[in-house]
Amino acid sequence: MSNSTRIGREPLIRISKKDVAPWWQKAVVRVVALIAALVIDAIFIYLFTKMNPLDVFSTMFKGTFVFDYGTTFFINKLLRTLRDMATLLCIAIALAPAFKMKFWNIGAEGQVLMGGLATACVMQYFGDSLHTPALFMLMLTASIVAGAVWGFLPAFFNAKWKTNETLFTLMMNYIAIDAVACMTNIWRGDKSAMGTINQATQAGWFPNIFNQRFTLNLFIVAALMIIVFVYLRYSKQGYEISVVGESENTAKYAGINVKKVVIRTMIISGAICGICGFMTVAGKDQAISTATAGGYGFTAIIVAWMAKFNTFYMAIISFLIVFLEHGASEIANTYGGLNDYAASVITAVILFCLIGSEFFLNYSIKLRKGSKKEA
Amino acid sequence: MDFAVELRNVTKRFGKVTANNGVSFSVRRGEILSLLGENGSGKTTLMNMLSGIYYPDEGQILVGGKEVTISSPKDAFALGIGMIHQHFKLVDVFTAAENVVLGLDEKGKFDRKAISDKIRKICDAYGFELDPDQKVYNMSVSQKQTLEIIKVLYRGADILILDEPTAVLTPQETEKLFSVIKNMRDDGKSIIIITHKLHEVLSVSDRVAILRRGEYVDTVETSTATELMLTEMMVGKKVSLNIDRPDPVDPVERIRVEGLTCVNSDGIKILDNVSFTANGGEILGIAGISGCGQKELLEAIAGLQKVESGSVEYFMPGETESRQLIGKSPKQIRRLGVALSFVPEDRLGMGLVGSMGMTGNMMLKNYNEGFNFFLDNKHPKELAEEIREELEVITPSLNTPVRRLSGGNIQKVLVGREIASAPAVLMTAYAVRGLDINTSYTIYRLLNEQKKKGVAVIYVGEDLDVLLELSDKILVLCGGKVNGVVNGRDATKEQIGMMMTNLSSESEGGSDE
Amino acid sequence: MFSTIAAWFSRTVMFGTVMMYGCVGETITERSGNLNLGIPGIMCIGGFAGFAGGYFYERAAGDSYNGLICVLLAVVSSFIAAMLVGLIYCFFTITLRANQNVTGLTITIFGVGLSKFLGTLVMGEQTTIVASRAHDTFSTRIPWLYENVPYLGELVFSYGFLVYLAIFVCVGASLFLFRTKTGLNLRAIGENPATADAAGINITRYKYLSICIGTGISGLGGLYYVLDYNRGMWVTENGIEALGWLAVALVIFTTWRPMNAIWGAILFGFLSWAYQFLPNLGVTIPNYAINLVQALPYVVTIFVLVIVSLRKKRENQAPQSLGLPYFREER
Repeated sequence: MSNSTRIGREPLIRISKKDVAPWWQKAVVRVVALIAALVIDAIFIYLFTKMNPLDVFSTMFKGTFVFDYGTTFFINKLLRTLRDMATLLCIAIALAPAFKMKFWNIGAEGQVLMGGLATACVMQYFGDSLHTPALFMLMLTASIVAGAVWGFLPAFFNAKWKTNETLFTLMMNYIAIDAVACMTNIWRGDKSAMGTINQATQAGWFPNIFNQRFTLNLFIVAALMIIVFVYLRYSKQGYEISVVGESENTAKYAGINVKKVVIRTMIISGAICGICGFMTVAGKDQAISTATAGGYGFTAIIVAWMAKFNTFYMAIISFLIVFLEHGASEIANTYGGLNDYAASVITAVILFCLIGSEFFLNYSIKLRKGSKKEA
Repeated sequence: MDFAVELRNVTKRFGKVTANNGVSFSVRRGEILSLLGENGSGKTTLMNMLSGIYYPDEGQILVGGKEVTISSPKDAFALGIGMIHQHFKLVDVFTAAENVVLGLDEKGKFDRKAISDKIRKICDAYGFELDPDQKVYNMSVSQKQTLEIIKVLYRGADILILDEPTAVLTPQETEKLFSVIKNMRDDGKSIIIITHKLHEVLSVSDRVAILRRGEYVDTVETSTATELMLTEMMVGKKVSLNIDRPDPVDPVERIRVEGLTCVNSDGIKILDNVSFTANGGEILGIAGISGCGQKELLEAIAGLQKVESGSVEYFMPGETESRQLIGKSPKQIRRLGVALSFVPEDRLGMGLVGSMGMTGNMMLKNYNEGFNFFLDNKHPKELAEEIREELEVITPSLNTPVRRLSGGNIQKVLVGREIASAPAVLMTAYAVRGLDINTSYTIYRLLNEQKKKGVAVIYVGEDLDVLLELSDKILVLCGGKVNGVVNGRDATKEQIGMMMTNLSSESEGGSDE
Repeated sequence: MFSTIAAWFSRTVMFGTVMMYGCVGETITERSGNLNLGIPGIMCIGGFAGFAGGYFYERAAGDSYNGLICVLLAVVSSFIAAMLVGLIYCFFTITLRANQNVTGLTITIFGVGLSKFLGTLVMGEQTTIVASRAHDTFSTRIPWLYENVPYLGELVFSYGFLVYLAIFVCVGASLFLFRTKTGLNLRAIGENPATADAAGINITRYKYLSICIGTGISGLGGLYYVLDYNRGMWVTENGIEALGWLAVALVIFTTWRPMNAIWGAILFGFLSWAYQFLPNLGVTIPNYAINLVQALPYVVTIFVLVIVSLRKKRENQAPQSLGLPYFREER
């Protein structure tokens, strides 16, 4: 205590919470983040390919926007980008209600897989015996139920005993993966891989529209996007979700049964994931594997979180991510020095920049004023 | 004179509010000083400046005769100042000993035995009882408090500040605490106790410093003080506020509370056998030191608080049969046809949804009416527009999140909504806390309008002047018990002040078990 | 009979060691209140960097190959690379206060992608590359004990040094967390950062340090996988990511205690390999059941999670502020 006189020192940088940022600020911050991401990515690509950054971007662009003439018919790359975007968007849409409730459902990957598995089961066992409309109804119902069950379990334990939902849903993913692996092992029998389901009969396949089986997916996801948007914003249940997410005390004050809302919302979240699995199996792949969800279950978490529960923003962000992914593979295909895995690095860099940019929207930084000096 | 701590003209402002204005007083070595004042008189703020949590805007602090700057709790520790806060800062899963050494920079290895020995030595020296190996989550409130005191002593503090230490203790525990405090004083330590319980002030302290509305009043020797004199100094002369008080309109029994008892998570009775009646057409004021069960009382009536025993009966206007509210959820109470409005203390954490606009908040309690799957946005919007105009709520738009509004406007939105539902009972908790004068008067006017309509208004307040000018009857709570009901028209401030701080013998006896 | 069980056990230990590193690293991280879902990615990075260290040294050294230098290079590069990725995680979650789940998942995408990308670059046209001498060094058995102790030699002393180091790290981490003041302060941050802050603990510094060291340790799990478990082979489709998720599950299973990781990892490994060794013991399991058995660790973990939340025993719960950012509001 020899030095009893001290001068209070303000820290060099003071960070304080900011109120809601105006829309133009949000836009500017996001655009800056994107530009930063593209610059970092360009440097990364340049390091390995020595490509001119401008060429990099134009090649990336071709990943989505150039017509590419295939063997039988010309495939529009845009359509393929839209297909992957639809998958990603669908999962993000499914997560929106849960996230709005501040419920960390990171089990989308598993919920999608279970939906896909249910669809595959129906295709496998009822493909020959049911008429098309009945078959599709059964596929849809089964996938919804399977996804919903996967969402219900963690919600139930969370509502009842406050079991940590993040860890619970994470574990459920891997159980789903093993369940899918188990069923595909049964189905493949002695063959080395399972292959396409109902190759001969095409039972349970989505119809070919614009020469693509997955075209229907795009319409389903577009519909879901609008439905969930309306549900969250204009329905009574959506209102309850907002209140529960904001404050449990307020919800109780308003007479809302919090447990019921938590469970119901997670059933909805899981059910939409189940639908995504249904579309992926019946529309996109006509097959099932542990990679059916393709890791999009995790990427969608980031999409949903960044879009702040607005399903239309989710569409923009998912398009952006898929666009970049496809662009990166295009580069990998066109030039040496890069390979397909560069796509995930490039995506991750963009995600990092977007995540980091949130900080500048939520906090303001003040530098210490020069007046106070240490004695 | 050998002062341990001296404050000179200390001023602290929070925005426009001045919490402390030019406060000067001193604490001697080896004395117990009580810091006495009403709710919101700035006692805790003042002490937080000594413990390094706040930094004064003006004035000097002297410790041991030298001017010092205390900019963090660490600085305070270095100067030998330790504060025991009302809300304990302890890690639940740690043992007592682990909590004691937390964050200490002592060199050497982590020797549990040596730490326990040192703790035991402190315990023996002053007469504490504490098991160093006990986990905090297994401790009673008084044990946690003991632990906090030992934590401070272990760090070598010789100036101890206790913020309302007896608020959570039983009479026996209080006595024990006082005896160790006296031991510490005899050991040469200086102790500051923030309190408003007069008999405790008189029984334990050597001197009393009094604060009123952020200003220092005086310091008196306890030996020369009386309860009446201290109460007068604490509450001050009655200030005339000129709040309207219309005569009660045809008072009929509306709410009858009988034997209401609630227990908090620590197992302490936060409401103890509370009984009273609230009449329609009257304003029932509820006075009491903060944390004496006001919040729990209102929440119990509203169906938000778990009740141990007792009943709350509601008499529908025009009916003689009563309806029981206990054991029902807010939704069930509403379904019974009970028109109950409640303005809770925590405006954004309970009464409103901060992220929603006025429109969204208007429907918080009745969004679920009707069978439509979708929300009815039209009526809430009209209501929001109406409230915005009538109460002059300043907001950029009806969809601006209410969190972004000023405190006064937030309260207008909340009170406006609760009144708009045409209640038969209107309960408000600290309805004017933090509001400017104009908004406060708007709230008083609204409450009086409700009263004139025959509504039973329950007003929990902290400003005695307001309570005395607004209420028809005033119920005084003290430590979760009803300490009497007085007539608002002829009661005096001193009378209520005494009732708030001293449990009358009959209330005290009534709860012995 | 014995040989089957011995083989099963030794496979279990090797498999478990990968998880043990991941689990201890993540435990230290979670004890500071941060849930790092980037562990699988970080282990991939650690694995690749360690492999690259060993592989390039082996090629450059030629005849003058020295096992000790190889070990040093591989371990250090693995640890540092993993730590650097951990640093990115720290910067986002602590300094920028970004959401931990979102950041962690991005780290995993990044780490898995980057390791595979760089691996493919090194491999060129090949599908695998082997650091065989590094593998020999890393899998050197304890000389005398292995040969001369009957039964136990085979069971206990037949592994490379990283296995014993893993157990050592578990014990060390446990001693650090529960027997030192620094560990006490760290746990206080994970439980109640406001209290820790009031006690004068520098939360930012503690979190940065503990997470960086934790991720570094996790990275060694990847190193062990490549240079010992996988016989020094780098392949693109490796099992590190899956083991990383198992490690995250293991943290819950161990109720955040590194000592439990030792037997927990062995139990997880035992279950994971049951399908291959049970038939030799006369228990035939159908092909498809393999996957169901492999799901067991996750199912068991969920059970532990639920039971812990049911029993409300405070010591077994996750650190109370796990996943929540700490922000001391300026007044």
